[in-house]
Amino acid sequence: MSLLKYESQQREPLIDGNKDYHQVTEDIIRPIEMKPSRLWYIGFFISVSLLLFGVYSVYREVTYGIGQWNLNKTIGWGWDITNFVWWVGIGHAGTLISAILLLFRQGWRTGVNRAAEAMTIFAVMCAGQFPIWHMGRVWMAFFVLPYPNTRGPLWVNFNSPLLWDVFAVGTYFTVSLLFWYSGLIPDLATVRDRAKTKFRKFFYGVTAFGWTGSTKHWQRHESLSLVLAGLATPLVLSVHTIVSFDFATSVVPGWHTTIFPPYFVAGAIFSGFAMVQTLMIVVRKVLNLQDYITMGHIDAMNKVIVLTGSIVGCAYLTELFIAWYGQNPYEWYAFKENRANLFTPYGWSYWLMMFCNVVSPQLFWSRKLRRNITVTFFMSIIVNIGMWFERFVIIVSSVYRDFLPSAWSTYYSPSIWEVGFYLGTFGLFFTCFFIFAKYFPVIAVAEIKAVLKTSGENYKAKMTEMEKADSEKFYIDEVLHAHH
Amino acid sequence: MAGGIKKFVVGSFDDEKVLFPAVKNVRKAGYKIHDVYTPFPVHGLDHAMGIRETSLHTAGFIFGITGTTTALAGIGWIFTRDWPLNFGGKPHFDLPAWIPITFELTVLFSAVGMVLTFCYLCNLAPFIKKHHFHPRATDDLFVMAIECTDKTNDAEVQAFLQNAGAQEVNVQEVETGWWIGTYDRTQKLYKEEKGY
Repeated sequence: MSLLKYESQQREPLIDGNKDYHQVTEDIIRPIEMKPSRLWYIGFFISVSLLLFGVYSVYREVTYGIGQWNLNKTIGWGWDITNFVWWVGIGHAGTLISAILLLFRQGWRTGVNRAAEAMTIFAVMCAGQFPIWHMGRVWMAFFVLPYPNTRGPLWVNFNSPLLWDVFAVGTYFTVSLLFWYSGLIPDLATVRDRAKTKFRKFFYGVTAFGWTGSTKHWQRHESLSLVLAGLATPLVLSVHTIVSFDFATSVVPGWHTTIFPPYFVAGAIFSGFAMVQTLMIVVRKVLNLQDYITMGHIDAMNKVIVLTGSIVGCAYLTELFIAWYGQNPYEWYAFKENRANLFTPYGWSYWLMMFCNVVSPQLFWSRKLRRNITVTFFMSIIVNIGMWFERFVIIVSSVYRDFLPSAWSTYYSPSIWEVGFYLGTFGLFFTCFFIFAKYFPVIAVAEIKAVLKTSGENYKAKMTEMEKADSEKFYIDEVLHAHH
Repeated sequence: MAGGIKKFVVGSFDDEKVLFPAVKNVRKAGYKIHDVYTPFPVHGLDHAMGIRETSLHTAGFIFGITGTTTALAGIGWIFTRDWPLNFGGKPHFDLPAWIPITFELTVLFSAVGMVLTFCYLCNLAPFIKKHHFHPRATDDLFVMAIECTDKTNDAEVQAFLQNAGAQEVNVQEVETGWWIGTYDRTQKLYKEEKGY
């Protein structure tokens, strides 16, 4: 009887401690059934305050117009589109973990996929705010959708990367949400079936969709997850590719490069994993989930960070080299003067980006540092600062000096309402995340149970004993008593 | 469908290693397994129970090509018939530029269609109430429900399940209807197979 998939004993257990199925349910669901801690209230209050400040900033922008932001004649995309690309990038880790790592059969994804997917959804929600409010007359936002209308036969431009973006981000959000929620249904049923209070019985009764755990349903559920993962894998690559087309298909020096799609995708995964680290390090501590999000998980994610950070570093050097090698004076000027020259107005942001994204993650070649919580936490924040500056460098340092020196703009720095809008999306993101962490299972309970007997610490120990006994028996039977 | 009452013998197992031979023996003895409820997907259980493969992925493929067709036909008609704009003399039928949207709609149709089909087939929706044979089936028990007919001796089935290693055995009477599921119809008859 070999029902259990064998996993090498060389591998570190994915679930620490002495667990059985019921203990897994207890550990992960208990925080939902307890009153939130004071820290939760403080965090939630700060998030909602930021969100309200963001709402007020957007109110100013809508009421008085885009003039509330410090955009000027050549810098039409300042903080706003920088923030859009940054948030979309962060939204890439969730689907990468849940889809691509599922197809690659990476067992460690089970500990972090649920929270990472939630993070993806919230990050894409934040990202979507920027292009929408940037429209100025936001009540016309539905004009980006192609629908039969009475404005003559007037359609959107299907050849424009900006419209591709509408479809890409819209599809990405929808598919991520479906993927996340279909995985959540069985776990919500687990919460429902042990609910004691009236509220919980009602809320989880509604959200669990009447899940029973029937074998046929599980069979379909598995098929659904696998196909959604297969669909989400090219999707996640397509989204940031298309975002990069917003720049790459233009003729602006510094944007007009073919390296953008892979470079943007690697950067997105890089920043996304950094954000997952920031959140998971806090979540595992606050909700007491160190047995499920182990040092092994943090180590694995740090490996992805050092890999993607180095890919991004290669891309920076490649585009710099090609700008010189390509012999286009405008292109080379944008790189040599606007970016790499520390003494031009935005030179500092280029070098800050280089330091945060390329130099600092190299520390993670050391196993000891990869397994250090404090270093990982600070690194995750440094990486996200670096990735924000990458988008800032690409956008602002490319457009602040036009083809005509007479149009070269004065120094651009954001207004308080531009900053407020950005802070507001942090508020939105963390408000959503706090609600998620309080009311939903932050770890995929059923998926953990499915790998418990192959990857749980106690089961692995048992397996090691069995293997040892087996090999001793083999030695006695076959080697000592062998008849030649 | 509603109205009738059906009787089930329900046995709960706490280990999938015990569950598998039990499923095999129950089917061998000729009893009809109504369903087995598990807290997580137990690989190979569908096979052991004789449930046929799902064709949900085929539905996903059909939804996907519907998306591809919709995108190409829609954009093609708009840009060559309804609104043939001139973009710097480039061809109206500009297929390479439509690939991103075509791809996105393929994925969107396939994902949305599959999830809706999944919910429809499994009777999943908000505010739906179903019959649960055991509340711990979503926690740590593997719950097997065996349907009784007029001829079934339920005491015998209970003893059989206890012998097979069930922790708890009881008899439940349930009003028939969609809320108990109808998956027994897809079950094939037991035959000796390797591996289980």
